[in-house]
Amino acid sequence: MKVKVLSRNPDDYVRETKLDIQRVPRNYDPSLHPFEVPREYTRALNATKLERVFAKPFLASLDGHRDGVNCMAKHPKSLSTMLSGSCDGELKVWNLTKRECVRTLQAHEGFVRGMVVRFCGTSFFTVGDDKTIKQWKMETPGYGEEEEPLNTILGKSVFTSIDHHQKEGVFVTCGQQVDIWDEQRSSPIRSFSWGVDSFSCVRFNPVETELLASCASDRSIVLYDMREATPLKKVIMNMRSNTLCWNPMEAYNFTCSNEDYNLYTYDMRYLDKPFTVHMDHVSAVLDVDYSPTGKEFVSASFDKTIRIFPKDSGHSREVYHTKRMQHVISIKWSSDNKYILSASDEMNIRLWKANAAEKLGLVRQTVLFLSFTSSVRTSSNLQVPGIKSNVMKERWISEQCRMLTINR
Amino acid sequence: MAKSKAARKSGETMKMKSSREMVVQGMDDEDEEELQCALADDIISASEDEGGSDDERKHCKLLEAISSLGGKKRKKLTERSEASIQVSEFTVNAEGEGDKINLSDLIGTLDKTPSALIKTKKQLKNLQHNQSTLETPLTRKETERIQREVAFEKTSKEVSRWQSVVLQNQKAEQLVFPLNQEPSGPKRIEQVVAGWKAQTPLEQEIFSLLRMNKQPLHDPVLTPTEEASLRAMSLEEAKIRRAELQKARVLQSYYEAKAKRERKIKSKKYHRVQKKVMRKEYLKQFDEMVKTDPAAALEELKKMELSRMKERMSLKHQNSGKWAKSKAIMAKYDDGARKAMQKQLEVNKDLTLKLVIPADEDEEDEEESAETLPDFVNDAEHILDQVNPWMRGKLSTDPMVQEESNRLDPPVVRPRELGTPGEGRDDQEEDEEQMEETEEEALLRGFEERRKLRQTEDVEVAPMSMEENDDGKKAEILEISDDNEEAVEISDDEEAVEISDDEAGLSKFTSLFHGLVNNHMEPPADQPKAGPGVGQGESPALLEEGLVRVRTLEDVELLSQDVSASDPAPLTTTQTPGTEETDTQSATQQADKKRKRKKMIDPNEVLTKEAKVIKMPLAPTAVEDVEGKEEQRVIIKEAFAGDDVISDFLKDKRKQEEAGRPKVIDLTLPGWGEWGGLGLQPSRSKRKRFRVKVAPPPPRQDQKLPNIIISEKRDSSIAAHQVCQLPFPFENPTQFERTIRSPVGRTWNTQNTVQKITAPKVVTQLGAIIEPIAREYLIKDNRQAVTGPSINLESDQGPQKKRRSQQKKKHKRKKN
Repeated sequence: MKVKVLSRNPDDYVRETKLDIQRVPRNYDPSLHPFEVPREYTRALNATKLERVFAKPFLASLDGHRDGVNCMAKHPKSLSTMLSGSCDGELKVWNLTKRECVRTLQAHEGFVRGMVVRFCGTSFFTVGDDKTIKQWKMETPGYGEEEEPLNTILGKSVFTSIDHHQKEGVFVTCGQQVDIWDEQRSSPIRSFSWGVDSFSCVRFNPVETELLASCASDRSIVLYDMREATPLKKVIMNMRSNTLCWNPMEAYNFTCSNEDYNLYTYDMRYLDKPFTVHMDHVSAVLDVDYSPTGKEFVSASFDKTIRIFPKDSGHSREVYHTKRMQHVISIKWSSDNKYILSASDEMNIRLWKANAAEKLGLVRQTVLFLSFTSSVRTSSNLQVPGIKSNVMKERWISEQCRMLTINR
Repeated sequence: MAKSKAARKSGETMKMKSSREMVVQGMDDEDEEELQCALADDIISASEDEGGSDDERKHCKLLEAISSLGGKKRKKLTERSEASIQVSEFTVNAEGEGDKINLSDLIGTLDKTPSALIKTKKQLKNLQHNQSTLETPLTRKETERIQREVAFEKTSKEVSRWQSVVLQNQKAEQLVFPLNQEPSGPKRIEQVVAGWKAQTPLEQEIFSLLRMNKQPLHDPVLTPTEEASLRAMSLEEAKIRRAELQKARVLQSYYEAKAKRERKIKSKKYHRVQKKVMRKEYLKQFDEMVKTDPAAALEELKKMELSRMKERMSLKHQNSGKWAKSKAIMAKYDDGARKAMQKQLEVNKDLTLKLVIPADEDEEDEEESAETLPDFVNDAEHILDQVNPWMRGKLSTDPMVQEESNRLDPPVVRPRELGTPGEGRDDQEEDEEQMEETEEEALLRGFEERRKLRQTEDVEVAPMSMEENDDGKKAEILEISDDNEEAVEISDDEEAVEISDDEAGLSKFTSLFHGLVNNHMEPPADQPKAGPGVGQGESPALLEEGLVRVRTLEDVELLSQDVSASDPAPLTTTQTPGTEETDTQSATQQADKKRKRKKMIDPNEVLTKEAKVIKMPLAPTAVEDVEGKEEQRVIIKEAFAGDDVISDFLKDKRKQEEAGRPKVIDLTLPGWGEWGGLGLQPSRSKRKRFRVKVAPPPPRQDQKLPNIIISEKRDSSIAAHQVCQLPFPFENPTQFERTIRSPVGRTWNTQNTVQKITAPKVVTQLGAIIEPIAREYLIKDNRQAVTGPSINLESDQGPQKKRRSQQKKKHKRKKN
């Protein structure tokens, strides 16, 4: 039997003369004492891992709707107020700090298709499947008062989306055509149509406030100027885009969420090629919203996930999903850049952190090494359970494209 | 009542008239006889109406007759007597509603305004001449497309204003949202107090006082006047100004003292000399002034005129004073006294001499110039550079010539030079002054060109002799140049026609033609010059192509006359322009011209051909396209003749394969274990033992691909740690590598640096609403960078180095 005994070489610790300095034993193993680059690499890796460990993005779920939530609206003046409209025509106003519904009203018969709060925050507009545009007061009616819209406009066809001008009393709706309305009038002041298609989304540019963009069902995105008599330009894509969102800090960039699982960021001046293609979703992207800083955007997809993309990156930096969250229909990034709200099929609205690992509330000082994140693979290697593999996705897309070409 | 009745009657007459007109239209309704009667006289037509009562009808007739007597048809004012829609507030009567209006009715009004008729006729004629039809308007689709394009361009340009802001925000090291945050920290008291108002009477009084004295209320440092003065001038400027003023004051006092001293000098001679000097200087100044500032000179002249008038009024220098009388007595005997008196008279004469005002002179000269021609016209051409057209323009800079040209200067004459056809158009747009200048130049150039014309004409006259010497090529060139001339002539003819419309410039024109005539009569001093000039070769002819003269219609005519007149004796006779012969000749021609001018010149008569674009000379420098391409290919082929790309590639590949193959490492050391030295090799066994063979690498990826080289340098294990693309602000890999190489952590950096390096790129506040970027930001951003310093990748000094350099600067300052 061999017994292992701890042994040391006396040369390592015995001085040659008495006058020598005491020898300090030291481990020269490079794995223990690496140079700065490897050492920093491990630190960065650890930081990223820790970030993932600390990532607890889900904050709350707001339930109360009795049908799938179809649309949401941010309040421009109050961070704690949020509106949501469901597929049964019910509209709820939420207080986010208390995480409770403060007001419920039956806005439309059928879907509430679109919603927007006026820039002053005193009233909001809704459009629904009952071909009406309704304007409501933000305040809750007093005791005994009935919930009645301030104003109701009857349209000729179903409105699918609505957006309000940033500063003026002008709003825009879309359905069979893009109509620009004055708040004081019951008929549109201007109508744009280019071909005979129906539109799914229309958005005002928040910076150059006279510009508009819309997604049409003929796979096109059309740009408008409110002051011009005709639309500006049209770009036809391979598949239909569901929604689009302008970058609030860059006047000429917008991102559209497409049926072909991708998001496309365009520079409106050069529409012949998308600026960036954002891939990662494995099903149709249903909604997109920019962060108020204009650096990132969040997308909601039919694949039951939410993804956060840096605006110039081709892949997402973050993916949020829960077991119970179904197809995400609507998404909003809160205007203080801290939260994300998602509305999904299964009647719930969820509140997420925009930065998953960020600790909200009292924070102790911690320094995280993030400079290496570009080379650290872990952060981009996020596992999402139960979604189609990339191969499957490719196959599906190619098939779709083939079908399209056959149908055309 | 009566009035209204009359009005009604007149209305009725109108009705009748209109009914008559209806009759005229529908010929088949009424009897033709009656109709003719109706046409013959209004009165009869009135009588035919059977509806009205007789009295009234008669009255109408009478009125009609009276109105017809007047010659001019008066407009009948309809008065509104009863409510009806058909009465218009203008004089137009709508009673004949339902009647059709004939074209003849409308044309009737034209008779009153014949001038308008002529105008329309002219327009119609023009329209008939213009047979080009209008283009069909664009379809709606196309117009919309165009509208869209224009609108898109506009908006994209508008949006592009944001480019700089966006880029700046991208490059910024740190962005703090919300963007339009007010600076933190304590505010100035003035800003806080801005909303405060004076309420008590004492306060109000104080503020009113302050306001009255324009004392600053909010920013109590400087008053507006102080600020204005500060803004107006800096300290250094003020110092300089003060020094200047001081100097000026000193000089002034100095001159004053000098003048005082001089005034005290009693010597008459001194003063006389002084006066003389002064006068001389004055004259000199005046001469200069005439050249530089004619307006001031005129004023001076006026002053002189005034002094002359005064002199003429007064008896000064008239030898009528006491002194003169005494001198007159003495004059008989004293020579000096006589001289003095004469001097007096001279002074008087000098002063009363009528001044010649240049304006008058001009007129006289102009009259003269109609007969006599400027000499320079007939001067032999002073060619410095035969080819350079700009050198010829020098002529105009001569002041003498300029004066003459001034006199000649016709205000309407267009610059008529070839080679610069656009210039005429430009001139129209220029100011009058510039116009005059260019006209002068143009005139001079015109003379030059005419002279050259004559030269070339001579060449044309004597091509026979040329052909003897030269081959056919040159003749061809000459023909080409002829062609060009024609084209030019035609385009010029149009201008001539334009000119002919203006009769004002006519006299000046005639004087110009004198010049032309004289040119042709001119001594042929430069004729021989021209001959050889062309004879030398094609180059001068070709080069002068650009400046071939302009020929007007008149020129051509003149030329034909001239050739007949002066052809026999151009070489022998040398006539000066002043001679009577030419005068008379030119006078007759002038008269002819005048007659011709007065006729209208129909452009269709004059223009036998359509104006052509000036052809370029067929110089051999231009090579045909196809040939050029061929040549290019041949050249390229030649240039790359030695290159064998394929073999090069193969060689390259073999080289790479060689390099990738493992090499045997020889570790033998000579002299170990055996003898070593010069010429001695280590033993075979030893070599065998110390040669290390390396295991062969895996087969190359491109082993079976003959046309491809795949580099084996890429290491997949490292590649996993490499970035696939360069991050945004970096422009090249070296920059990025430099940044990534420098450590970030605390172990290698100071606390401050670590904080600076790891600072987040975007800072947001919890609970602060971030609005979309506003347009005001764009305006603000154009002026200054708000977002803080951008990354400076070029400078490779780290923050520590920067600090060190700052410290150095501080030291330097201290030293200073």
